[in-house]
Amino acid sequence: MATALKLKELYKKEDRLTPGHRLCAGCAAPIIVRQILTAIDEPVVLANATGCLEVSTTIYPYTAWDVPWIHTAFETAASTISGVETMYRSLVKQGKIEDRGIKFVAFGGDGGTYDIGIQALSGMMERGHKALYVCYNNEAYMNTGIQRSGATPLGAWTTTSPVGRVIPGKPRPRKDLTAIAAAHDIPYAAQAAPHKWRDLMKKVRKAVAANGASFMNVLSSCNRGWRHETDQTIEVTRLAVETCYWPLYEVEDGEWKLTYRPKEKLPIEEFLKPQGRFRHLFSEENKHIIGQLQTGVDRKWRKLLERCGEEE
Amino acid sequence: MSRFEAMDGNAATAEAMRQINPDVVPAYPITPQTSTVQTFSQFVADGEVDTEFIRVESEHSAMAACIGASAAGGRVMTATSANGLALMWEMVYIAASNRTPIVMTVVNRALSGPINIHCDHSDSMGARDAGWIQLFGENPQEGYDNCIQAVRIAEHEDVLLPVMSMYDGFITSHGLERVQIEDDGAIKDFVGPFTAHEALLDVDHPVTYGPLDFYDFYMEHKRQQVEGMKHARRVILEVAADFEKRFGRHYGFFDGYRLDDAELALVVLSSTAGTARSVVDDLRSQGLKVGLLKPRVFRPFPAEELADALRDKAVVGVMDRSDSFGALGGPLFMELSAAFKIHDVPAKTVDYVFGLGGRDTTPDQIESVFRDLAGIAETGKIQQPVTYLGVRE
Repeated sequence: MATALKLKELYKKEDRLTPGHRLCAGCAAPIIVRQILTAIDEPVVLANATGCLEVSTTIYPYTAWDVPWIHTAFETAASTISGVETMYRSLVKQGKIEDRGIKFVAFGGDGGTYDIGIQALSGMMERGHKALYVCYNNEAYMNTGIQRSGATPLGAWTTTSPVGRVIPGKPRPRKDLTAIAAAHDIPYAAQAAPHKWRDLMKKVRKAVAANGASFMNVLSSCNRGWRHETDQTIEVTRLAVETCYWPLYEVEDGEWKLTYRPKEKLPIEEFLKPQGRFRHLFSEENKHIIGQLQTGVDRKWRKLLERCGEEE
Repeated sequence: MSRFEAMDGNAATAEAMRQINPDVVPAYPITPQTSTVQTFSQFVADGEVDTEFIRVESEHSAMAACIGASAAGGRVMTATSANGLALMWEMVYIAASNRTPIVMTVVNRALSGPINIHCDHSDSMGARDAGWIQLFGENPQEGYDNCIQAVRIAEHEDVLLPVMSMYDGFITSHGLERVQIEDDGAIKDFVGPFTAHEALLDVDHPVTYGPLDFYDFYMEHKRQQVEGMKHARRVILEVAADFEKRFGRHYGFFDGYRLDDAELALVVLSSTAGTARSVVDDLRSQGLKVGLLKPRVFRPFPAEELADALRDKAVVGVMDRSDSFGALGGPLFMELSAAFKIHDVPAKTVDYVFGLGGRDTTPDQIESVFRDLAGIAETGKIQQPVTYLGVRE
């Protein structure tokens, strides 16, 4: 019997990512990781791309991981977990080790997933390794000091898409990696956010039960890069979902399904306002970019509703 | 009972891999390694091996998957060439520093650019500082034998370092020769079962692989890799001795040919040694005291043993099938020159860069090298420390 997704049951489970790591106050990444690892009752083996989560949890001779964990390089979480998972299948098939029902999970930030690691991720999904790849997506290269990635939204300030006299932040919109993953015809792909923890945990359970590769894209606020107060981590991801900037949905065996629909779709400004990375957009000369962002969100939302068979 | 077969180097390597029966093989096709991967794929498809084969989407992912699979706790092999090895570069270093005992056949091919599919040693010579043990083989038989010995060397608990087994692209990889294939059971006995160290799949004893390692520990970890390489010197010879006892073929750090009483010696790796041997015979019949030394082990570099073997020679000519641009000569020449200096070998040394991008090296050219060495012995003067053989200047 799986542990019920109730706080009074879940809190009894031992932490697999233990206290003492050096991630920043208010970072969403460890919240997400703990939600994911708490959702899984089976033994796990993890791979981690280079990034904040990796450097902050394993400063030698310490480790915050109470489960087997491997990091090789930036772009290799998917290829490394492919090797680990394949060895497990091989040894179990040959009877060299017992089948313990191990679940394999890879973690990468958006830099390691949307950009430098997308080839390895695509390979892992196409080959059908029985592993869950989780992108904890904070929409920029935060570990190296807030540089733009393929996940950075239109207009956002980063240190490599600075707000200058002629260019006001990132000139291009982000790519839709969840749809790219779903286009691989994997059995399970989903978007999630940590404020909807039960939704996220349900998705994790479906993902690790899938007979093949699965992918989850989880919005992960970084207060250093997004420029908001450290106590606004959960609130800002809530606003991302309520504005439909970050819709919560899943694609199960090709079937698209909305897992949460805001009662009232908030204007994009509600998500932008608390974040310093968008402050310049509220000046008179840049206001049109907010309009472009809203148009982009509306278009993607309509398309998603259509894919999910929902009324507008 | 062993059997004799007509096989090219890649078929012999695939046969060795079939007999070793690794748990996981992640591999990506690249000329001239491709037929190894193809042949092995067929073994997997026909159920002749227990191996799980990961048909990765690039060599970078091949090596990353090798590291993951090896750390998981089983035997892992792969193969590549040239640009494939270059694409792996980042992971090649990480494989060594994680002490994952992966065995990789590298079918030597010139690195781009310009793109070229034929043999030289620029690919594996570029990886000489990556922390891998490097064995060079002359022919399909040596490719087969080195591949098998590499498993024992890599997995020895005093070593735990990955091993590259090299042979020449096309010349050896696609050249059909008589190869003695040992009995499946005898190879299985020789390589033995894999012993896992700190396996990721041992979920009851969780380990962290690849942590962030700063100035307070990084240097000690690098020093431990050096220690593994030192142990490899002993283990390579122990494994070779056991191999000879079981299968009758002798291996060491290098192979000498009419070397003992030679005054002029040529040092050359891999298939060119075969051509050089016939030149040595011709010149010996003319009364010239010439000999050949073919290194087998490049990493760890057997400096002292090479110095001792060449100590009493008048002139030593090195033939390098790759260059090190802006350096004093090719990699083999530089290493050997340093070994001579450290171990007080008085012999004069000169370098001949040859065969780049698969350029043919003829017996006439090798004879011209020996004539050159004879001239240096006579005059005591080196006109040109590095010569490019057979190039239009």
